[in-house]
Amino acid sequence: MMAKEALKDMLDEYNMKAEKSLAKNPERQNLAQPRVYTPLDLEGFDYVRDLGFPGSYPYVRGVQPTMYRGRFWTMRQYAGFATAEESNNRYRYLLDQGQTGLSCAFDLPTQIGYDSDDPIADGEVGKVGVAIDSLADMEILFDSIDLGKVSTSMTINAPAAVLLAMYIAVAEKQGVSADKLKGTIQNDILKEYAARGTYIFPPKPSMRLITNIFEYCSKNVPYWNTISISGYHIREAGSTAVQEIAFTIADGIAYVEAAIKAGLNVDAFAGRLSFFWNAHNNVLEEAAKFRASRRVWAKVMKERFGAVNPKSWMLRVHTQTAGSMLTAQQPENNIVRVALQTAAAVLGGTQSLHTNSKDEALALPNEDAVRTALRTQQIVAYESGLADVVDPLAGSYYIEALTNKIEQECWDYIKKIDDIGGAVVAIEKGYIQREIQESAYKWQMEVERKNRVIVGVNQFQIEEKPLEGLLQVDASVGELQKKKLAELRAKRDNNALQIKLVALEKAAKDEKINLLPFILDAVKVYGTLGEICGVLRRVFGEYEAHVSL
Amino acid sequence: MQRRIRVLVAKPGLDGHDRGAKVVARALRDAGFEVIYTGLRQTPEQIAEAALEEDVNVVAMSLLSGAHNTLFPKVVNLLRAKEMSDVLILGGGVIPDADIPGLKQAGVAEIFTPGTSTASIVEFIKANIK
Repeated sequence: MMAKEALKDMLDEYNMKAEKSLAKNPERQNLAQPRVYTPLDLEGFDYVRDLGFPGSYPYVRGVQPTMYRGRFWTMRQYAGFATAEESNNRYRYLLDQGQTGLSCAFDLPTQIGYDSDDPIADGEVGKVGVAIDSLADMEILFDSIDLGKVSTSMTINAPAAVLLAMYIAVAEKQGVSADKLKGTIQNDILKEYAARGTYIFPPKPSMRLITNIFEYCSKNVPYWNTISISGYHIREAGSTAVQEIAFTIADGIAYVEAAIKAGLNVDAFAGRLSFFWNAHNNVLEEAAKFRASRRVWAKVMKERFGAVNPKSWMLRVHTQTAGSMLTAQQPENNIVRVALQTAAAVLGGTQSLHTNSKDEALALPNEDAVRTALRTQQIVAYESGLADVVDPLAGSYYIEALTNKIEQECWDYIKKIDDIGGAVVAIEKGYIQREIQESAYKWQMEVERKNRVIVGVNQFQIEEKPLEGLLQVDASVGELQKKKLAELRAKRDNNALQIKLVALEKAAKDEKINLLPFILDAVKVYGTLGEICGVLRRVFGEYEAHVSL
Repeated sequence: MQRRIRVLVAKPGLDGHDRGAKVVARALRDAGFEVIYTGLRQTPEQIAEAALEEDVNVVAMSLLSGAHNTLFPKVVNLLRAKEMSDVLILGGGVIPDADIPGLKQAGVAEIFTPGTSTASIVEFIKANIK
């Protein structure tokens, strides 16, 4: 390499020349980065130590040796609305169209542990996802879908144990044993408190339920990803890229600490932890973010927790394109945004991906829009060449400098959160929420002052007609679910259920007992989600949110 | 001195998306209004009660879950029942154009959809406050 001093001189010369041209050709305002990156930005860079090879520590270049040269990422469209019947139809359509994994969206009452006939569920049943009240709905949801073959991701957090139990019970009825099941539950309560809002119980019993799941699955459902530690919603709530991975890895540290404290061996569960990132608009920053996050997690697991199994060091990640970057204005433009975000996720080395549909700033996506979103992934996979070489951006001065910078800023946040007392305390004190809110407000003001251009929103606007053909969830879904529930309650063995619910309540009161077998028992005799969560609400109480502006 | 405009920013229903509500709340505060934010998961009854207790001029509701046709009119009716018909009621969130006329007819003064600037919400309140 050229002597450092000589290179510095040349860089100065280049910059002087560039500055001189500014009078005539001024640069755009608000550019955060230096003009150009050179080897000077990578001083001390050590290929083997800092990057290594794909499939090896610290996994910057990807968690598998061959990445997409063998199998593409899992194309997994998040879907679910109205009744189990309608969602089952959508799943089977997506599988027919070449989707390779399922991803279930549940409605809000389900996510917060209420039955469809609870007064608080009024107007929400089947709206943002499918309504699941009992095993009976779950049987319909997966009708004619072989759970021994498909992998299923379920976006469920506070009542994750109940939905997992229902899934295990449906599989059993199909003749598929739990040790064959593949999939993921989101099960990440900390980001619910910080950013997403579908919490039920306070942190302590919530962390217990999570560690109960880790333990149960390590013995009974070995291929299940027991948690998807999620930065996605933190980013959607307005955080920066650095905050997204920093707060999420801090949450991950809290889960690992809780499980170790509960007596689990780190290598017994850490290999089943997974993550969930957002693919935002800035393609190269996003790719660097994915790379940096893998290096941080590998170091956390190896150095901080002393994990020895390489599987425990790997940050495996599902990704979703940024919903908050979709615009209601000129919705066709969203297809282009999603394509670029897809490129970012693939350059970043994701293991699975959901692409948003163009109409999602307006409603749940219709079938045509979902197909285009899936096709976007297929075009990137089969046509773009981005998936042909592993980690093609490696070695770029800019990408490596950015990866280093994001990693360093991530460590700074982790240190700050450690000093506060860990992620749980930082959330209880509102620190993480405030940091996210600050970033969200800053972003909004940049858009309003036009320091940040959003095409079609604050520049290049047109007069447009409302988009037609939006998906509408029939208002009768709520009534239908209520009727189904009434029939279920009349038909099932209520005495058997009562015995199971009493046993669950007793077990919940003893912190040392794993609740999964008790929940599974109640689910199998058709106890409803609301009944099971109701028992736990009585024992655990409910979380009181910390509200500040 | 005239009393400052008081605004209740509210999240009805079970929706957890509060980025918009918080950004709007802060922008309204920066514009000189007094702002009270309810936090998540408020029933229509709780919102109407808070509006009465806080004696607000404006109730601004944010909802991204699709339950707006059920929940917004309920809040309007409860406010009327509490003789707070002079309160300016606003809605925002992921709300399809097709639903807007019905919501306005039900008594919501304006619906702000994605891409709205906070400045335009401030202007609307100043122009329409009773």
